[in-house]
Formats: sequence, structure tokens, C-alpha cells
Amino acid sequence: MTQPILDVQALHVAYDAIIAVSDVSMSVPKGSIVTILGPNGAGKSSLLNAIMGVVPAGGAIHFAGRALGGESVEARVNDGLSLVPEKRELFYSMSVEDNLRLGRFRLRHQGSAEPMLNEMWALFPRLKERRRQLAGTLSGGERQMLAMARALMGEPRLLMLDEPSLGLAPLIVREILQTASNLRDNGVSILLVEQNARAALRIADYGYVLESGRVMLEGEPDALQADQRIVESYLGVRSAVSV
Amino acid sequence: MAVDLSILLVLVQDGIVNGAIYGLLALALVIVFTVTRVILVPIGEFVAFGALTLAALETGTLPGTVWLLGILGVASAACRLWASRRHATMRSVAWQIGTSLLLPVVVAGLAWACIHWQAPQLVKVLVALAIVAPMGPYLYDVVYRPMADASVLVLLIVSVALHLALQGLGLVFFGSEGSRTQSLADTTLEIGPLFISGQSIVVVLVTLALIVALFLFFERTLMGRALRATAVNRLGAQLVAISPALCGHVAFTLAASIGALGGILISAMTTIYYDTGFLIALKGFVAAVIGGLVSYPLAAASAILIGLVESFASFHASAFKEVLVFMIIIPVLLWRSWRTPALLDEGEE
Repeated sequence: MTQPILDVQALHVAYDAIIAVSDVSMSVPKGSIVTILGPNGAGKSSLLNAIMGVVPAGGAIHFAGRALGGESVEARVNDGLSLVPEKRELFYSMSVEDNLRLGRFRLRHQGSAEPMLNEMWALFPRLKERRRQLAGTLSGGERQMLAMARALMGEPRLLMLDEPSLGLAPLIVREILQTASNLRDNGVSILLVEQNARAALRIADYGYVLESGRVMLEGEPDALQADQRIVESYLGVRSAVSV
Repeated sequence: MAVDLSILLVLVQDGIVNGAIYGLLALALVIVFTVTRVILVPIGEFVAFGALTLAALETGTLPGTVWLLGILGVASAACRLWASRRHATMRSVAWQIGTSLLLPVVVAGLAWACIHWQAPQLVKVLVALAIVAPMGPYLYDVVYRPMADASVLVLLIVSVALHLALQGLGLVFFGSEGSRTQSLADTTLEIGPLFISGQSIVVVLVTLALIVALFLFFERTLMGRALRATAVNRLGAQLVAISPALCGHVAFTLAASIGALGGILISAMTTIYYDTGFLIALKGFVAAVIGGLVSYPLAAASAILIGLVESFASFHASAFKEVLVFMIIIPVLLWRSWRTPALLDEGEE
């Protein structure tokens, strides 16, 4: 593995007295998919929000070899970090195309948005059909696609996806994770937070399991899938509903 | 009192012209509120500063606002450099010094040249705009940006304080005497029983042009879309690298320019004192509130209505003119609070 694009050491996030993330260390090697698994409230979203600068955090975060300190969210985006949040945070009263054009705001001085826009239409044909529609009229799956496409318009070096499968039909989950996997093959590094462990481990290169804000387990997907605790907690017999 | 046709036409004309100016201010208030959540009470001071700065330039004295601009520029440069001390680049520092320190010097030079060589009226108008407009972003840097995450109520209280401070400065700079400026078009158009003053035409045309320009800006340009994006989803905007500070600068520049322009337009028709701006802005604010502080078309339409009510009220019951105008807001607020019981939860969607 090459030098990591993202390296997190002893990260700590607290909301008032409630500790959300405690002493988490992890890294994302360049051009790979790393997944973070764990139940609701394990601190997965807090971890991503802390890396993005949405919530304050203690500990050390290195992105592309540079230490991140008190930078604002937009400064981190300008550096090439990108987060697709769990709530999508789209511009619902604006058109699909406007959402995508704004996704390229950080590169606004570097030429036309058209080539990248066309790439997104090719990647998500469904969005192209709806380019003039308001983002608020899209279905859940389309919103997830739009959120991903909006992030990709900024050509991020690290894409962080927070629960992309949340509330989506299995077929669309497969489609979206397939897209993530293709992006990795094109050199984009991805940090994927998922509750759907089975689906995430299928495309990931490495995984961490978070519980109560701490890393409980980490390893290659095969090793994680073989671990008895994972099988019991996340891949139990009940979730034989494969996706 | 009977109203014959010629009086009626005069009243309607008066109402539309004043309404147009209230409409401009209402639009500015909506822009600033949706983008930064600030209720810009001091927009009235931009109106007064615009009018009185132009009046000073016309009488050949250097307006005190030039000094205020310089002081605010220095304060804004200090705030901006401090805010970006950790990750400053040569380019960003040069940009900050250029826009906050160099600009007031250039504008002061222009003002001096304008007085020295008795520039034509249009040049004076542009210089007056150039003196007042940058105060918007400077005040944002100094006052609002350090507390951008405060609640709407706290921001409103700060706005009231800023309004009082700027009004006091207005008294210092321009004294308690009122001023009028020259008309921007001295002709009178006569259509049947209707006399239309050149200034009325200028006001309506400038207002319409500005509305079209704002529409194109918000619909067609990336920066305009970025402002709308910040208005609909602040976090979403930050996640695509749209900085709230950048949008705040643009919104406050627009508001200060529109306010100053409103003052320049209206000061040829009525005498402006250091504290007149507040009352004019308050009518714009009523219009903006009728539009819920978010709807541009509703705000503009209600501004015209307010202008008409005011003009008819001043004819029929001049003692109650302001009372009648501000009473419009009561049924509107009742209706709005009845329609939307749990508005303004500070959340999205």
C-alpha cells in the first residue's frame, strides 16, 4: 500500500458531555475504498463530520500529507476533500443541473464545467433525463445519485460517503456501490460509512468496525467477514436478504 | 374630499415612484436576510449616506463618509487578515489589502478630483455610490462575520445597534440640516392631464433595470446561484466550497449599493436628513415582511402597494400618513402567523 491520502490519529469528538468518537485511528490508502461499519450511534457520521470540519474534534488529521487544523469546511473542500452527507444537503429548490454546476464551485476559475457535466450524465443517465427538474422532486435514489454527482463535479481526491444505501431499494444500493467501485478503479479514494455491512465489504479494500465511538475491529474484508462477532452483529442469518 | 382625475394621476404617480424605491430596499433586505440571516436595519443609513454624500459633492465639500469609508476599510482589513492568519496565501493577502485598504484611498482620490474639477452630475452619482457601497462588505467583516453563527434575534439586536451608531455618525458628518440633490432628468413629460417628471421616469426605469439585472444575476451566473444555494442550504453550500463569507460580501455589497442608489434617486424629490433613511427603509422592511422576508416578487409588489397607500393617505389624512402605512403590516402578520404557525425553525426542508 502506498502513502495514505487520509490519516487519522487519536481522533476525539464530543458534543457537550456526550462522547461520540473516542481515540479513533485509521487511514485511507490512495486509490482504495475503506469502509467503516457499525451500528446506529457508533460515531460513524461524527467521524466523517470531524474529518470534514463540520464538527470540532481533537486529535490529528492528515490529508494528503498536510495537517488539518482549524480550517473551515469550504477550505477543506478546496483542498480536495468531499463529503456526501447522510442527509444529502442538496439545493432542493434548484434544478438538478444547477446543483451539479455548483458542485464545481471550487474549480470555477479552471475552465468550463461542460466536460465534467457530460461525464456525470454518462455516469447517471437518470439525472440527465431530469436535468431541468428541481432537486426536491427527485426520488430517494436519485437524490443519492445527485449528491454523489455533485461531489464528483468538484473532482475530489477523497470522497466520503455517509450511508449511501440508507432508505434505498436493494437494486439501487447495488448500482450506487458499483459506481463507487468504478470510481476507485479510476483513482478516486473513498471512505465509505455503511450499516449495510455485507454490501460494503463486497467492494471495500479494508474495513473498520466502530462501536460506541471506538474501533472494535479492523482488517481485510475477508477477515472481517470471517469474524464471528461481525457475523453475529451485522451479517446475522437474518440479513440473508442479499443485495 | 373629491378627487379629480388630475389629482388622482398625480397621487398614483407619486405612489408608484416611492413604491419603486421601497421595492428596491425590500429586495436588498430579502437578499441579505436569506443569505446571511441578518435583518439589515442599517440599510436606511445607506439611503441617507447615499443622498447626503451626493448632496455634499454637489456643494463642493468633501463628504465625511469618505473618512468613515477609510476607517471601516482599515478595520475590515484587520479583521480579514486576522481571520485568515493560519492559511493566508500571497494572493489572498494581496486581494484583502487591495479591496480593504487600497479601495478607500482610490475612492477618496476620485471624490477629491470630482470636487476639484466640477465633474458632471452622473460622475458625482457614481462617486457617491463608490463611497457608500464598500461600506456594506466592510461592516459585514467588522460586525457580522465574527458572529455569523449567532441566532437571528442576536443578529437583529446588533443591527439595531449598528443603525443607531451609523445614524449618529450621519449627524456628525452632515449636521441636522436636510439636503436635496439635483434632478437626474430635468424634463417634464405631458400626456393629456398627466404630468410626469423626468425624475419619476428615471426612478422607474432604474428600478426596472435593477430588477432585471438582479434576476439575471441570480438565475444565470454561478455567483448568483451560489448565493441562492447558501440561502436554501448553508451546509450544502459549504460542502461544495461556497464560503459564507464570500456570499456575505456579495450580499452586503448589493444591499449597500441598492440602499445608496435609493437615497440618490429619492433625494431629488424630497429633502433627506441624516435620520430620514430609517423611515424609508422601514417601509421597504414592511414590504419585505409581507413577502415573508424570502419572496422577491411579493416584496416588490407590496412595495408598490405601500407607495400607493402612502400617497393617498398623505392626500386624504396627511396627519395619519405613517400610521396608515405601518398599519398594513398588522393584518399581514396576523394572516401569516395563522397560515404558518411554526415557521422559522432555522432548519431546512
